[in-house]
Amino acid sequence: MAFIPHTDADVRDMLQAIGVDSIDQLFDEIPQALRVDGLKGVPEAVGEMEITRIMHKRAARDGEPLTFIGAGAYEHHIPAAVWEIATRGEFYSAYTPYQAEASQGTLQLIYEFQTMMASLTGLDVSNASMYDGASALGEAALMAVRANRKSRSGKILMPRTLHPLYRKVAKAVAGNQGLEFIEVDYDHANGTLDLKALEAYADEDLTALVIPQPNFLGRFEDVDALTDWAHARDAQVIAVVNPTSLALIKPPGEWGEKGADIACGEGQPLGVPMSSGGPFFGFMTCRQSWVRQMPGRIVGRTTDLDGRTGYTLTLQAREQHIRRSKATSNICTNQGLMVTGATIYMSLLGAEGLAGVATACMNNTARVVEVMSSVDGVEVAFAGGQFHEAVLKLDCPVAPVLERLAAEDIAGGLDLSAEYPELGNALLVCATETKSEDDIVRFGKAMADAVAAVAGEKR
Amino acid sequence: MSNVPGDLKYSKDHEWIRVEEDGTCTIGVTDHAQAALGDLVFVELPEVGATLAEGDACAVVESVKAASDVYSPLTGEVTAVNDGLTDAPELVNTDAYGEGWIYRMSLDSDGELEELMSAEEYLALLEDEA
Repeated sequence: MAFIPHTDADVRDMLQAIGVDSIDQLFDEIPQALRVDGLKGVPEAVGEMEITRIMHKRAARDGEPLTFIGAGAYEHHIPAAVWEIATRGEFYSAYTPYQAEASQGTLQLIYEFQTMMASLTGLDVSNASMYDGASALGEAALMAVRANRKSRSGKILMPRTLHPLYRKVAKAVAGNQGLEFIEVDYDHANGTLDLKALEAYADEDLTALVIPQPNFLGRFEDVDALTDWAHARDAQVIAVVNPTSLALIKPPGEWGEKGADIACGEGQPLGVPMSSGGPFFGFMTCRQSWVRQMPGRIVGRTTDLDGRTGYTLTLQAREQHIRRSKATSNICTNQGLMVTGATIYMSLLGAEGLAGVATACMNNTARVVEVMSSVDGVEVAFAGGQFHEAVLKLDCPVAPVLERLAAEDIAGGLDLSAEYPELGNALLVCATETKSEDDIVRFGKAMADAVAAVAGEKR
Repeated sequence: MSNVPGDLKYSKDHEWIRVEEDGTCTIGVTDHAQAALGDLVFVELPEVGATLAEGDACAVVESVKAASDVYSPLTGEVTAVNDGLTDAPELVNTDAYGEGWIYRMSLDSDGELEELMSAEEYLALLEDEA
């Protein structure tokens, strides 16, 4: 039996019924110049045996280097129980459960996830997740425009201390929808956004200010002052936060006098493996007053006809399948499987466990900073502390140093020189709880050798 | 049959308009519209002071099954909104022409009032759509 639902005869019948000669004719509106004629570069199909061999070979190329790269994806220990429990039959199907009567397990899990995220961020409500942290920011910007009816400009201030890829994705998602993203420079000596830099925009009609915490350079922004500055100008505050860090630091809901309006970020640190870059998941929370402007799914708790507790999708009237072009967003799903893993991860760790992870990350990174500060040719860019990332300045180009470290099976960090040329030969390093004292000492020695060798070549 | 009071004016988008003694207009959705929407769970109100052009989407009425825009039938400035709907959106269902009013506006010009439908014309529209 064929598993393709429409036979050639079915297709012919349907085309005939609507009076069209071919499927191509349905796409007449799209100019010829914009069409793609086949996918070039996609090779011919191969058999299972052959593809398994190719994939194993390629997977082996990844290796398992000692990783000191963070920059948006973080290596954390994931208890073996997390993905074992996630494979239980009760959690089957990553897809959003429309049929509440058949999906109470999944719905309850999402409800628990929402409760955890609301609690971590100190805000009232959470959605069921987004695709990833960067696209969640794009959605948060669109949401701020809907929620902030005092502002007509659609201007969103984004500091350069926000992840460069998040800035690009936000522009790609929302930049053609009447929003204007304005990048604000930071204090190059301090690695944080300077209130003085914001003053240039003090008299403008601003829709929102994005505040990353910790920021891309690992530093802590003065979130209270920034939040109050934005609110004093009727701009909304969008917090972009690392969920692990929230076990230790002040949650967005408590920033400044009134707290942030929307919080979002990347959920990968909560039990999702790095897997060559995905799949990840985004999270988004907000105050109760903006819940109807929130994109995506929300699961609510209710009671059935017999008074028993039950869970169901709620606030669906704003979604695309009902509201078509007037929907709050074209997000029509959530990252069900990743959220399942994250909810189990948070349940197993508990609040204290997560705080333990965050503390270990912070201590290990502080130790890396200490070790690196005594390496010749390496300087710590910013004094005064960080979460689990720090910027090092080298006295030689970064790329060849990273190559030498890679040869020692060490992923030595992210080269910042293209995105942050003002910092010179800058390298962003990260040490999570997975790194031991021996690992850090080994990293320090390898760095000293690599920098000395590269500097030597230059002379 | 829907309740269509004779002393009001109507728009083709199923809004009713009452011209008040001070010349401002009170606007809501008709009994027919509320019945078609079903039980309302939320009404998103316009901002007082907002300027609206005829045809602007200015409010949203959300029921358990749909969320629909309310289009301003007139051009002018919003002078009042029915805050009572924030906690009791069901007033639109139970008293569409009274406690369920949505907003009030002052008009840029009275001319637009001529464009609106009378109760008889609106009843005819409902019969056409039925």
